[in-house]
Amino acid sequence: MIANLVQLAAEEEQSPLVPPGPELLVGTIAFAIVFFFLAKKLLPNINRVLEERREAIEGGMEKAEAAKIEAESVLEQYKAQLAEARHEAARLRQEATEQGTAIIQEMKAEGQRQREEIIAAGHAQIEADRKAAAAALRQDVGQLATALAGKLVGESLEDHARQSRTIDRFLDDLEEKAEAAR
Amino acid sequence: MSAEQTTLAFDWSCRIMADNGCGFPAPGLHSFLFQPLFTVGGYEFNKVMLLALVTSVLVVAFFWVAFGKAKVVPGKVQMIGEAGYDFVRRGIVYETIGKREGEKYVPLMVSIFFFVWIMNIWSVIPLAQFPVSSIIAYPIVLALIVYVIWVSLTFKRHGFVGGWKNITGYDKQLGPVLPLVVVIEFFSNLLVRPFTHAVRLFANMFAGHLMLVMFTVASWYLLNSYMIPAAGVSFAMTMAMIVFELFVQAVQAYVFVLLACSYIQGALSESH
Repeated sequence: MIANLVQLAAEEEQSPLVPPGPELLVGTIAFAIVFFFLAKKLLPNINRVLEERREAIEGGMEKAEAAKIEAESVLEQYKAQLAEARHEAARLRQEATEQGTAIIQEMKAEGQRQREEIIAAGHAQIEADRKAAAAALRQDVGQLATALAGKLVGESLEDHARQSRTIDRFLDDLEEKAEAAR
Repeated sequence: MSAEQTTLAFDWSCRIMADNGCGFPAPGLHSFLFQPLFTVGGYEFNKVMLLALVTSVLVVAFFWVAFGKAKVVPGKVQMIGEAGYDFVRRGIVYETIGKREGEKYVPLMVSIFFFVWIMNIWSVIPLAQFPVSSIIAYPIVLALIVYVIWVSLTFKRHGFVGGWKNITGYDKQLGPVLPLVVVIEFFSNLLVRPFTHAVRLFANMFAGHLMLVMFTVASWYLLNSYMIPAAGVSFAMTMAMIVFELFVQAVQAYVFVLLACSYIQGALSESH
């Protein structure tokens, strides 16, 4: 028995490169177990999950991209509205200024017109008064002249020539005064 | 040397300058032989087989926890699993075969990578302390699977004649050296390649295990009298080797998968 074992051991010791049969079988079985579970179940499992993860990450990125685009468009819209509002405000201010200027112009023109009317009316009044006064004066002068003449005639004739000169002078004076008054 | 002794890692009573007169129990090929745990129909079931099956259970269990109920927002375990999965998928398969053609081989490559890596890591796990891939049978199984895939793929993709041209590197421009190239490429690709693919992994783990056992055994063996400082040095070396082996284990798993991908890529590419 022991001799057999020694011989067996010696034979096996001669070449560690010669594989013993049972070990080949065990090695095959052992590897088959590993390969079966990994190839049939576990690696397909993880592949599926890795694929899901990749999709999830890509989906997340797409969502972020969409959100960014939306935010940008909203910002654009907001900016456009703001610009429009500013433009509108500027337009209203401009309009108000224009209207104010127009009103002031109108008022000035109106004032000018009224002033001219008043002045013209004053002049006309003065002219009419002057004419009336002149007419009245002429009438009074005639009466006074007549009265004076009556008095003069009644008093003396010797001074007739002197008296005529006096009357003329008087009338000339009146004329001059009227001229000056005008 | 009796059978009992060959299966023991070392003899506890062997110490330097002990008066029982036994020498340094150097590790050797016997370090890779194990007493059967039990026998099934005349076949022995040993520790390495058990470790291989535990490896399968561990890998499947980890990915079951990580990906069984995978969520879009991952938990901690799922994140680690995804990192590992992504490392093989993008870092190795997409890089060599390309995304379009490579996707089909991702499950195989992920399985191989983690299976090999965990098989290697047993080397430094207390109580296990044996890299499963240092038994040539386990690398051979994986190398054969890859071999069958890339050879059948070559003929499927290029037809019978085109397939042979692809494998032998047939190119008329080579002129007179063509026969030489064809013969060399034939041997190199079709016969030697699966062997080197398996042996590269096996030999690295085999040598790594020998080194670890050597320093571990020496640490105990030297722990006597004035050789205690030497035992300290040996123990420090053991620690350093463990760190180095952790690195080698990952690198060898990576290289094994990288080569598998490059073979498949060669089968898919236009004849060179």
